[in-house]
Amino acid sequence: MRRDDQYRLERLDRGIKIRTGGIYAISSWREMSYLMVPRLVLILGLLALPILMPSAYWQRVISMVCIYALLAIGFDLLAHFVGLVSLGGAFFIGVGGYLAGILSSYKGVPMVLTIPIATLGGAIICTLLLVPCLPLRGVYFAIATLMYPLILTRFIEALNIFGGTDGIVGVSGFPSQWIEQYLIITLVIMVLFSIRRLVNTDYGLVMRGVKDNDQAVRASGISITQVKAVAVFITSLMGCFGGAYLAHIYMWSGLSQFALDFSIIPIAATVIGGGGTLVGPILGAFILVPINELLRELGTLRIVFYCVILVIFIMFKSEGLMVYAERKYHQFQQWKKV
Amino acid sequence: MDILVYGTVNSLTLALMALGFTLVYGVSRLPNFAHGALYIIAGFALWAGLNTLGLHYAISALLALIAIGIVGAAMYQGVLIRVRGMATSEIIASYAIGLAILEFLRWLGFKGMTYTLPVFKEGIIWIFGVPVDWQRILIIIIGAMVFVFLWAFTHYTKIGLALRGMAQDERAAMMLGIDSDRMAIVAMALGSILAGVAAFVLLPLGNIAVEAGYSVLILAIAVCIVGGLGSWVGALLASFLLGFLQILTDAKIGSHFRIVVALMAILLTLILRPSGLFGRQKELEERV
Repeated sequence: MRRDDQYRLERLDRGIKIRTGGIYAISSWREMSYLMVPRLVLILGLLALPILMPSAYWQRVISMVCIYALLAIGFDLLAHFVGLVSLGGAFFIGVGGYLAGILSSYKGVPMVLTIPIATLGGAIICTLLLVPCLPLRGVYFAIATLMYPLILTRFIEALNIFGGTDGIVGVSGFPSQWIEQYLIITLVIMVLFSIRRLVNTDYGLVMRGVKDNDQAVRASGISITQVKAVAVFITSLMGCFGGAYLAHIYMWSGLSQFALDFSIIPIAATVIGGGGTLVGPILGAFILVPINELLRELGTLRIVFYCVILVIFIMFKSEGLMVYAERKYHQFQQWKKV
Repeated sequence: MDILVYGTVNSLTLALMALGFTLVYGVSRLPNFAHGALYIIAGFALWAGLNTLGLHYAISALLALIAIGIVGAAMYQGVLIRVRGMATSEIIASYAIGLAILEFLRWLGFKGMTYTLPVFKEGIIWIFGVPVDWQRILIIIIGAMVFVFLWAFTHYTKIGLALRGMAQDERAAMMLGIDSDRMAIVAMALGSILAGVAAFVLLPLGNIAVEAGYSVLILAIAVCIVGGLGSWVGALLASFLLGFLQILTDAKIGSHFRIVVALMAILLTLILRPSGLFGRQKELEERV
């Protein structure tokens, strides 16, 4: 790249967009494929993954990637569309996991019921517990959400309930690997596209309004707390599903589901993948979690490794990979002589 | 009497842990989530000075303090200065640095009973019929000394006054010719040194373990939130409140709940009164 005074970088939009104010006629295969190919690559790629990687170990990794991807989409929705920085991913996972564990192991409820009940019930519990914190802003909300999983861990430890430090054993497992895989993969795809739609609806506009200027939203007669509560509920639905699913694939739920990993990795994935794009966090999860697995022999050094990556990204490429890629894809770019 | 004596000791312990954190936040509005890591590094630097280099205690303590000050300043100058003002990035960046440092130290093997710092003086003294070891007396003395020093520093020296000016109103301070980034670096270095002092006094009671770094961070945050982020007097009062609360729970309910007290205190304060019990109410900045 030349950085002489005589040249400037010119960027031009390619003229195709969907879901904007204007109407764009898409007529040729070229234009249709321009829009469809990235989406199809993502969907088909995700669906093909379990077939391409048949070994049990890597299928487990894929499941973990998808759980983290769900959490990361949730973090992205809260942070970049509603303006709530939540450090409590572990809280959602833990509540969902414990609920599924209790239902399945203690009450003997079949899995077809435990996962929906844990997802919905967990989300309601999480939202109700978080409602008092919703008026908080910025650092204050972040610290408050960080405290929830820690407190629940200490309570379970101190009161020795739900199996104490041993956790709940005897949670039923999935009948087959394929159901296990495709359940979460289809869910990730569905969640991704429905949330992309949600943020483009009028309600999504209100959410972004809450992020940008909550006083203006309030002045328009819309309850901010309610909007925030809805967003938290959607996020906790995804998180609690992840937790319930996690409890069922490991046939165990315990204190490690409140571990900091579930709070940190989704954030890292969002930063690396690109916040505010919703696809970026999935990309980030697909980069970070396998790296995490490959580096497992290094012990805790891998945490150092991805913390360093995270800091580098925040410092030098804070827009993230996906924003960068989108720009390259949607715009012509050339150096022009001035 | 037990509760009174040990409550005081515990309160000053908390105050020492929290001072650095509240100083940095007060001056530059930067929640330094790497505070626990700085605390542990300081302890390790002192240990290395004593055992690897074989230096005298005073010299290695001085070197360790200088080193930790430089680490803190470098952290600000190298990384945090670039994300200043973006609350999310500040938290993530400082937390990631802290996590990286702590986990690196864990990888080096700081877990068991291997690394301990010497106490200044062995032995036990009886106060009002309660046995207290000298190290805990020292906590009280040094805690008081640090407070007096900080008070004098921020009221009678030029840099200290500049720091206070920054804390009160950054823009006005800049108008009067105070370089806000330079002051933030000074605050960060000073905050790190305070973390170091806390480490020297408190670590001999246990051993240098990574877990201590995490709990120091949580306790520091607890004290600062309850006292009001950035308020120094508030931090001191809050550490007494929390210190006695913790000792009372220890005595009445059980030591399992000790950390729960700190966590619940954070949560309740945030929900009920986010500026802290003694902070000034800044309604619009922190809640809607």
